[in-house]
Amino acid sequence: MKAKVYVNLKSGVLDPQGKAIQHSVELLGFSGISDVRQGKYFEISLDGSMDNQRALESVEKMAREVLSNPIIEDYRVEIET
Amino acid sequence: MKFGVIVFPGSNCDHDAYHVISKHVGQPVDFIWHRDTDLSTYDALILPGGFSYGDYLRAGALARFSPVMNSVKKFAESGRFVLGICNGFQILCEAGLLPGALIRNRDLHFICEHVYVRVETSDSPFTNELQSGTVLRIPIAHAEGNYICDDNTLAELQRENRIVFRYCDKDGNVTEAANPNGSRDNIAGICNRERNVLGLMPHPERACEDLLGSSDGRDIFRSLAATLAAAA
Repeated sequence: MKAKVYVNLKSGVLDPQGKAIQHSVELLGFSGISDVRQGKYFEISLDGSMDNQRALESVEKMAREVLSNPIIEDYRVEIET
Repeated sequence: MKFGVIVFPGSNCDHDAYHVISKHVGQPVDFIWHRDTDLSTYDALILPGGFSYGDYLRAGALARFSPVMNSVKKFAESGRFVLGICNGFQILCEAGLLPGALIRNRDLHFICEHVYVRVETSDSPFTNELQSGTVLRIPIAHAEGNYICDDNTLAELQRENRIVFRYCDKDGNVTEAANPNGSRDNIAGICNRERNVLGLMPHPERACEDLLGSSDGRDIFRSLAATLAAAA
């Protein structure tokens, strides 16, 4: 059982890294890009002792309290069995 | 009066802070390892600069979970004084002791240079020996010093006179050109509502000796010492 957590800067929060990446890929000739936002991705392996609902609640709490800073970031959790 | 400098794994300005308190403020000071939790003998704490936990996850994010931080929260709630410098400021924001967050500098660079900051208020335990409007020349050294907060928080900081330092030019003009990292409203340092917790990105402890290019930082530590002396 695995939890996947995606953490992204909230829209409106400046992402200079995303901007630099966009600039670089455009220099390399990739076109048609309107924006790049860089985020974080966590894979958390679970030992199977929790059912899906409890695992989701537990990982959501982890994402809210540790993996993201709610002032600047949003998160999304997926549980994969 | 007794000072404590908290040492997280990866702190690297702890000795500078210790040096300033012992030599320039002339008061007793201890290093406090991040696993210690008894802060009962201290009157003021410094959370120093550095790269606690390698800045993993987010700057200051993991230091917040160090055992000492629960005690730091209670210490602050008791009205005693907490000064967070650079990484210390980031930790105080992550821990919720100060509002807002510090994100990557606008231009991505790690900036290491002397800048000018204007003292916005002398109404704080950290600036009461300074006139508001005074311009200090103090170095910054950070990649994540871009202060952001939502509109309500900014309005609250302004209304409650809690913006203690702003980036400015050498004549004290707060301009976008004098903003090194993109910080909202040129914010370089803020305090909490009770005014006993201050965080700032510039390094006053690196500006206490003329030999190092500036001694303007001393007045911040002198203010704190004067506050403590008056309270004793």
